Amino acid sequence: MDNVVFHVADVHKSFAGLHALSDIDLSVTEGETHAIIGPNGAGKSTLLNVCIGRLKPDSGSVVFDGNTLTGKKPHEINQLGVVRVFQTPEIFPDLTLLENVMVPCLAKRDGSFKLNWFKSFRGEKSIRDHAVETLVDVGLESQVGSHASNLSRGDKRRLELAMGLAQKPKLLLLDEPTAGMARHDTNATIDLLKRIKATGMTKVIIEHDMHVVFSLADRISVLAGGRIIAQGTPDEVKGNPKVVEAYLGEEQV
Amino acid sequence: MDSILLQILNGLDKGGAYALIALGLTLTFGTLGVVNFAHGAIFMIGAFCAVTMNKLLTISKKVKDESITFFDAFKEQPYLEIWFGDTGAKIVEYSVPLSILLAVPVMILIGLAMERGLIRHFYKRAHADQILVTFGLAIIIQEIVRHYFGANPIPQAAPAIVAGSASIGEWFGLGPNLVYPWWRLIYLVFALVVLGSVFAFLQFTTFGMVVRAGMQDRETVGLLGINIQKRFTIVFAIAALVAGLAGVMYTPILPPDYHMGMDFLVLSFVVVVVGGMGSLGGAVAAGFLLGILQSFASMNEVKSILPGIDQIIIYLVAVVVLLVRPRGLMGRKGVMED
Amino acid sequence: MNSSAFKDTLLLVVFATAILTMPIWLKPFGAAYPDLMQRFAIYGLFAIGFNILFGLTGYLSFGHAAFLGVGSYAAVWSFKLLTMNVLPAVFFGVIVAGFFAYLIGFISLRRSGIYFSILTLAFAQMCYNLAYSVLTPITNGETGLQLTLDDPRVLDAQAAAGSIPGTTLFGIPMTGITGFYFCAVVLIIGFFISMRIFNSPFGMMLKAIKSNQNRMSYTGFNTRPYLIWAFVISGMYAGLAGSLLAVTDPLAGAERMQWTASGEVVLMTILGGAGTLVGPFLGAGLIKYFENIFSSFNEQILHEAFAALPDGLENALVGLTSLFVGEGWHLTLGLLFMVIVIFLPGGIMEGVRRIGSLFTRSGSKAKSESSTAPEAR
Repeated sequence: MDNVVFHVADVHKSFAGLHALSDIDLSVTEGETHAIIGPNGAGKSTLLNVCIGRLKPDSGSVVFDGNTLTGKKPHEINQLGVVRVFQTPEIFPDLTLLENVMVPCLAKRDGSFKLNWFKSFRGEKSIRDHAVETLVDVGLESQVGSHASNLSRGDKRRLELAMGLAQKPKLLLLDEPTAGMARHDTNATIDLLKRIKATGMTKVIIEHDMHVVFSLADRISVLAGGRIIAQGTPDEVKGNPKVVEAYLGEEQV
Repeated sequence: MDSILLQILNGLDKGGAYALIALGLTLTFGTLGVVNFAHGAIFMIGAFCAVTMNKLLTISKKVKDESITFFDAFKEQPYLEIWFGDTGAKIVEYSVPLSILLAVPVMILIGLAMERGLIRHFYKRAHADQILVTFGLAIIIQEIVRHYFGANPIPQAAPAIVAGSASIGEWFGLGPNLVYPWWRLIYLVFALVVLGSVFAFLQFTTFGMVVRAGMQDRETVGLLGINIQKRFTIVFAIAALVAGLAGVMYTPILPPDYHMGMDFLVLSFVVVVVGGMGSLGGAVAAGFLLGILQSFASMNEVKSILPGIDQIIIYLVAVVVLLVRPRGLMGRKGVMED
Repeated sequence: MNSSAFKDTLLLVVFATAILTMPIWLKPFGAAYPDLMQRFAIYGLFAIGFNILFGLTGYLSFGHAAFLGVGSYAAVWSFKLLTMNVLPAVFFGVIVAGFFAYLIGFISLRRSGIYFSILTLAFAQMCYNLAYSVLTPITNGETGLQLTLDDPRVLDAQAAAGSIPGTTLFGIPMTGITGFYFCAVVLIIGFFISMRIFNSPFGMMLKAIKSNQNRMSYTGFNTRPYLIWAFVISGMYAGLAGSLLAVTDPLAGAERMQWTASGEVVLMTILGGAGTLVGPFLGAGLIKYFENIFSSFNEQILHEAFAALPDGLENALVGLTSLFVGEGWHLTLGLLFMVIVIFLPGGIMEGVRRIGSLFTRSGSKAKSESSTAPEAR
């Protein structure tokens, strides 16, 4: 594997004696779309939280682009170009859609702090144009000026995606980007993610929906019981008996 | 050694008052999720129950002063004395402990009215709104009291039999220098009894069990279908009662005035925060701890090393505790985290 | 975009005109005397500054009166040691208060919510208690810090002996109506700065922090310096207001730092409408106006007012209203506090907006305007 940009090495994490993650090894190369799948309670969200610095692993390290992410603050990780899109929409409910997307753009341009108190926020033309463009990309162009709290749940998720994409991340971590979406919204999101893939953005997707996973992923890691039980291209994973067992086991119950 | 023991004792009665007020504060916090800035005013109302009781008992008539013989002098004599003689005089003398009889129904009623009329509608509002609305209520109560009782402190006497000091030093063989006013000792015992009853009530009754479960996890208890709302009202009344009794009994130690509520409120809030929001044990422990620390800080030996320390010790402790242990001494995770 | 810039300019021009013509249009209200108008301007500044913290970030400080007091002390010391010129006094008031705000904010902002409120309250009480005790050499304790005959005033030429000089702006005495105009100009500058902050990227970050602080850090922002700056800026406004109090009346007392004074600025801000530009100034003006009116009433005035009524009714009404006026002004204040929080959490500006949206046919316009000034909930 050439040019690994994101590397999770030997990560362990336990809560009150319970092993949530053990021996996690994961390498993602530049431009790759890597999916993490697994039955409920397999540790997917814990893994993502470790990647984003919300949880500190007991041992092991997470390295992105030569920088160790473990122990860094959330804003430092973001400033390195690692952006996370949350499963439950995390937006700014009191701001308009446009402002919701402009704010992350400013984080990208001005860094983690800038005392920019004299200029006009609305006068930031290039930031504004870019934000509108991104909102058009996710299909929210008709509601640019309305308050984010008025959005439907599905639209909130799209807004959050726009907030992430607007930062042009080097690595995008997506937590079940289509969960709770209607079918045609899901398809629209898949199309959008495919277009992003064409730009060469590296992505890690945690997803339940196999349709989404197999339409997007270059490689897949299967997580079960806090361990990676299989890793490979979609075709390799599909045929792996262990994976079938892990999933069938769940489905029959 | 003596002086250290004396300072601890001195701190205990003040600590008792802090603990009683803070207990109610943290109880309303933990169960109702309401930040009650009017709790100090409730304490003050309790104190003025004692003043009112005293006024009622000493309703007087002008009678001829027999002790003055060479001209017609008049003096005020309470009806109680006129009617019952010495027994009446004794009743007047015991007005502070008797005030408890008045304070119990009054405080419970005030608690019920406050919860039903105001607090209930603020369960779901932001903490800032709760603070502001109860702050407004506290000002109102304070001003009404000032209107009727004036701005000056109104001293209340303890019964003569406990007016002096207990020679604690001799009890423990530490010499005759160690004396402690009887009433303060009584206050301390009283505080401990009230605290003990509240804890026993919460520990050993079904009602208490539900309340404690409610403090742990309000949502779930609500889902159980238990009528938690009614219990919350009662909890609030209990908190008001405890603060009111603390106020009644404190009057011989500190003559009540209309702004004593605010003074104690600020300190009690600090006590609650130091003890840990929503932790009953923490509130009590922190109350006594801060009371004792405060009395140590007002020792001349300490003041000569750290001038002004007596003025700020409590706040200083609060700042340090909040920075080192953000959840307070005994606070639990997840209580008022945001 | 140009239209919004135009609107801002228009607002500033209207505001400045309204302030500078106060001596004219306040006449019918009986409030056009300098002393009261100075208070409007000074407490307006205090509330405008407080609003930058509370209105934008939602952090409720209960200790801002400390910065007001610090500003006053610094200004009076500047009068005592340096010169009676007001500019250095204002400068030192702002700087010293800003420095204090930085220290207190640095520690208090490690916590949020109710813990933050308690921390600021604790610090303010410490300042207040210390001002009365150990710091008496600096604060002159209960008497308050005053000018004396033997103050050095190193920058001033020796004035006529035997009298304490008044405050000046390069020789123009800062008393009466000129004092008011000085405060008014400072207020307009303060309002302009607050407007720039509200409309700036910095202000937007503060609003976003209020909306979802956690999300801000995952968006790549270090929220702490933003909050500290907001705290320091609002502390500097408080210091500015405190120094202006000293400019108009060169003495400073610790009672200015009491926590009830902190509560008052909170009330001014929410009464007008936290998070709105003009609201806090309106709130401050109204409270100071009614304080002045109400507290000057006494029973005799009330008897005159109700004289037309039958005696029994007159006495009953006087008895009832006397609760709320004169010394009882605080009771009115407390009631106002409760009524606003219960019925109109957005304050006066929210009320104005509600009335306005009754008249505009399309609610969409009102909505787009409200986006520039989201009110506190």
